[in-house]
Amino acid sequence: MSAAFLAILGWVAFFLGYRFYSRWIAKRIYRLRADAITPAHTYEDGIDYVPTNPFILWGHHFTSVAGAAPIVGPAIAVIWGWLPAFLWVILGTIFIGGVHDFGALWASVRNQGRSIGSLTEDVVGRRARSLFMIIIFLLLLMVNAVFAVVIANLFVNYGSSILPAWSAIVVAVVIGYLLYRRGVGLLWPSLGGLAVLYLMVYLGDVLPFPQLSAPIWILLLFAYAFVASLLPVWLLLQPRDYINSLQLFLALGLLYLAVLVANPTLVAPAFNFEVPADAPAIVPLLFVTIACGAISGFHGLVSSGTSAKQLDRETDARFVGYLGAVGEGALALATILATTAGFASRAEWQGFYQSFTSGGLSAFVQGGSTILNTGLGIPTSLATTLLAVIAVLFAGTTMDTAVRLQRYIIEEWGQIYQLPALTNRYLATSLAVVSCLILAFGAGGVAGTGGMTIWPLFGTTNQLLAALTLLVITVLLVKLARPYWYTLVPLVFVLLMTVSSLLLQLGDFWSKQDYFLLGLDTLILVAAIWVVLEAAFVFNRARMEARIQKVID
Amino acid sequence: MTPLNWRSLYVQVRYWLQEFYVAPYRRELARVQRDHDDLLMLLVFSEAMGVPNPVSFYTLELLPLLYEDFHQWHERLGMRQSPFDHFRCC
Repeated sequence: MSAAFLAILGWVAFFLGYRFYSRWIAKRIYRLRADAITPAHTYEDGIDYVPTNPFILWGHHFTSVAGAAPIVGPAIAVIWGWLPAFLWVILGTIFIGGVHDFGALWASVRNQGRSIGSLTEDVVGRRARSLFMIIIFLLLLMVNAVFAVVIANLFVNYGSSILPAWSAIVVAVVIGYLLYRRGVGLLWPSLGGLAVLYLMVYLGDVLPFPQLSAPIWILLLFAYAFVASLLPVWLLLQPRDYINSLQLFLALGLLYLAVLVANPTLVAPAFNFEVPADAPAIVPLLFVTIACGAISGFHGLVSSGTSAKQLDRETDARFVGYLGAVGEGALALATILATTAGFASRAEWQGFYQSFTSGGLSAFVQGGSTILNTGLGIPTSLATTLLAVIAVLFAGTTMDTAVRLQRYIIEEWGQIYQLPALTNRYLATSLAVVSCLILAFGAGGVAGTGGMTIWPLFGTTNQLLAALTLLVITVLLVKLARPYWYTLVPLVFVLLMTVSSLLLQLGDFWSKQDYFLLGLDTLILVAAIWVVLEAAFVFNRARMEARIQKVID
Repeated sequence: MTPLNWRSLYVQVRYWLQEFYVAPYRRELARVQRDHDDLLMLLVFSEAMGVPNPVSFYTLELLPLLYEDFHQWHERLGMRQSPFDHFRCC
C-alpha cells in the first residue's frame, strides 16, 4: 500500500466529514444560528471573553489539544497493524471526536461560556462534579508519569536531542524576557528563537552528549517540572507553548510533504497476526490506546474552558471545534504513516515492535526521519534529532502545564477541606511531583522504563472524561427535544470500550501479580462504573422530564 | 492583478503572531496582574488598617492614583462599601 495514497484517502475522508457530517450536525442537531450573540460579545471584558478571529481561535485551539499524545497513542497502536489504527483514527475523528469537541463548544457557548466541569454539576449533579475532579486529577497524574518516561527514553535512545531540547527552555525564557521586560515586538524574537533552536538541533547532532540512564532523566525532568510550574507563566510557559505551536505546524507540513514526495510503501502489515506475547487484545484496547487522535476528553476542557469564551459567531463553533479534532486526527494519521512506512522492510519494522511498550515514539522518530530523508533530502541523523526534539518539546510542555494544574487542584482541595498547609504552593507542587514519581517508578520498577504500561490506563481515563462530556451534551439535547442518537451512540461505545478495557487489564494485572497497577486499574474502574450509573440515571430522568413536558404542551 | 503590499503583509503577520501568542494566556496574565495590584493596594492602605507602614510618606502620594480602582478592590474582597471611615467610596 502506498503511503501517499493512504494520506490522501485520510484527508478526503476528513474533508467529507467536515463538509457534510459536521454541517449536518450543525444544522439539524446543534442548530447553530449566525445571528445568536455569543458570550464573547455579551460578557466582553478583554480578558476571558474576547471575540476572536476564527482562524486565530482555531490555531490555538488546535495547538492546545494537539501534543505528544496523538503521536504516542497511534505509534503504539500500529502494533496490531496499520488498518485498525487508520480506521479508528479516521472514523473516530469524524463520528465521535469531532462531534464531541464541537458539542462541548456548542454546550458551553449556549451556557454563558461555562466550562464542562461546571455544566456537569448543573446538568448531571453534584456527585458528577466531584467525579469530574477525580478523573481530571488521575488524568494529570498519569500524563506526567507517562510523558516523563517517554522523554527519558527519547534522551537515552536519541542523545543528540538533549542539547536542543534543553536549549528550547533558554530560548523560551529569552523570548519571554524580551517581550515583557524589554517591550520588543514578537516577530524578530520568534525568528531569532527558531534560528537558535535549529542551530542547536544541528549542534546536538555533531557534538557529544551526556550518557545518563532513564531513571536519572526522569528525576531531572521532574525537578525541572517542579521549578517550571512555579515560574511566572509569561517567563516560560507562554513562550514555550508558542514555540511548540510553530513546531507543530512545521512538523506536520514537513511530514506530509515528505510522504507525498517520497511516496514510501507501508511495510507494516494491514493486520498483524504475529503480535508480541505481551500485546493485549486489539478489541477493546485499540480504542483506549488511541485516545487523542480519535476521541479525547481533554479536548472538551479546552473547548469549553477557553475557546467558547472567544467565539465571535456561534457558527464558528463548527470550524473551530470540529476542525480542531480533524487537525489532531491529521497528526495521528501522520504518525501512523511514519511508524508503518518509514522502515526498509517488515523485519526492520518487527524489530521495533518486539513488545507492546517498545515501539511508540522511537518508532515515530525513526520512521519519520527516514521519510524526511527520502522525501526532502534532510540528512537522516539531523531529521532524527529534529523529530526527537519536537516530540520532547510537546511532551515537556504538557508536563509543565499538567504539574501546574495538579498544583492548582491540590491548593483548591486545601481551601475546600480547610487544610491551609495544602494551599502552600511549594508543598502543593511537591505533592504533585512526588505522586507522579511514585506512579512513574511504581509502574515501571526502579528502572523507571516500564511506565509505558500505564498508557492504556491513561487512555481509559481520558475516554471517561469524554464520556462525561458526551453525557452532558446528550442530556442537553434530550431537554431540547432534539435527536440525541448522534451523541448517545458514541457515548455508549466509548463507555463500553473503556469498561471492557479496564476489566481485561484487571485480569491481566492480577495474573502478573502487579498489585500497584491493579490498584490503579480498580480506582479507574470504580470511576468508570460511577460514570455508567450516572449516565443511565440522568439520561432516563431527562427523557422522562422531556416526555412529561411534551404531554403538558 | 493588485501589487503585493509588503507593508500591510508585515502588519498582518505581526498582528496574527501577537494574537496567537497572547490569546491563550490572557486570563492567566490578568490574574497575576490583579494579584500584584491587590498587594500594592494593601501596602498603600496598610496604615488605614492599623498596620504600621515605614514608607507611608511615599505611599500616601499614591492614594489619588488608586482611588479609581478602590471600589473594585473592596467589592472583590467581599465588602460592599468602603471599609475605612475616612476614605469614602460608594
